[in-house]
Amino acid sequence: MNSNLFRYIFSFIFLILLQSFVLNNVQLSGYLNPYLYILFILSLPFDISKYALLLLSFLLGLCVDIFLGTTGVHASASVFMAFFRPFILRVIAPREGYDTTTRPRLQDMGVKWFIIYAFTLTLLHHLFLFYTEVFRFSHFFTTLGRSISSTLFTFILILISQLFIFKKADSKS
Amino acid sequence: MSNLIKLLIRYSFFILFLLFELICFFLIVQNNHYQRSSFLNLFYETSGSIQNRYAAITEYLNLKNINKELAEENARLKISALESKMKLFGENYLINDTLFKQKYVYITCKIINNSVNKSSNYITLDKGALNGIEPEMGVIGPNGIIGIVKHVSPNFSTVVSVLHTNFRASAKVKNTGFFGSCYWDGNHYQTGIVEDIPSHIKIKRGDTIITTGYSTVFPENINIGTVLSFELPPEKNFYTVKIQFTQDYKNINYVYVVKNLLKEEIKELEKLTEEQ
Repeated sequence: MNSNLFRYIFSFIFLILLQSFVLNNVQLSGYLNPYLYILFILSLPFDISKYALLLLSFLLGLCVDIFLGTTGVHASASVFMAFFRPFILRVIAPREGYDTTTRPRLQDMGVKWFIIYAFTLTLLHHLFLFYTEVFRFSHFFTTLGRSISSTLFTFILILISQLFIFKKADSKS
Repeated sequence: MSNLIKLLIRYSFFILFLLFELICFFLIVQNNHYQRSSFLNLFYETSGSIQNRYAAITEYLNLKNINKELAEENARLKISALESKMKLFGENYLINDTLFKQKYVYITCKIINNSVNKSSNYITLDKGALNGIEPEMGVIGPNGIIGIVKHVSPNFSTVVSVLHTNFRASAKVKNTGFFGSCYWDGNHYQTGIVEDIPSHIKIKRGDTIITTGYSTVFPENINIGTVLSFELPPEKNFYTVKIQFTQDYKNINYVYVVKNLLKEEIKELEKLTEEQ
């Protein structure tokens, strides 16, 4: 439990730093803005309290906002995503329910489940994020295109990160 | 109350979510210039359009009052326009002509009786001696001369109209200074005659005939009429000019009695000169 806590704290800090110093400089033609830090919200355990989920997401988004200088934008998108996480989990829950010893990871829940889970939440987060950033619906389809392309980019990065965890878990075990 | 608490507990997750989003929204609008400006823009546009709708509705409902107000304003404007005229030639208005040191006071009067169809037409005014009107004063209207005061009672006065066969006024052609005598020939009420204009000056149809100011009755440069036609009688050196009066004598309501403040001085001086 303690090691889990430290792991989450580490990933929290690591993802924020990665986001602000590496990924934030990746802006391919303005359409691809990966936001990998949401991986933290995705990787939180199944049995986490909904309120803690909201609070942690809010703090995560706020930290990213502080580094990016966009106060509130990422926090709101993260909270939005966190709000939908329990619903998504319930909808795509396996027949026998979630095993509290497993975590929402690729190797634990399977490729299909993880793709649905990660992609839906990433899409929700990015849609909310980009529309909040633009703050108007005048360029609706441009914003839509930007959020979808960025979603794909982020999603690919999330899959790659899962492979990393996969290998690490493999080497550990 | 307990139901409310139950409701709050039941939707606490959603309420917490809304709370966080509200905080975020507040942070966004508070700290990001772009989002703030677009938010305020939206806010003002929305409130502006709502106010516009509201104004349109209330405007329609208030049309009656607005009409009334407009009518009142029209009336006020009409009055003030008339008043401005009165002020110009009002009761206490002095034309202080420094070059000639002449002073005229104009007394506004209303015409209470008028005629144009006799050979000796008189006008009755609603003011008299109590208002400072004296015999031999000139009377002018908005568009030209009217006549000369004949008799004065305390409250009324009678005026020898221009349309009186005995009326004479000194007149000149505008911009020339050659003067003659103006009278009414007793025919049509809109036309008169100007005599004694020297034959060597050029006049043409449409020239304006104005007062000279040689008499103490009328101020200078008051319109009398415009030239309709003119002829040079045989063996005479003076034109006989037919003029159309600029003032329509059938349609006058308010006139101004001209009080020449230096009349006595001029009369005395002229008398002195004639006696010698």
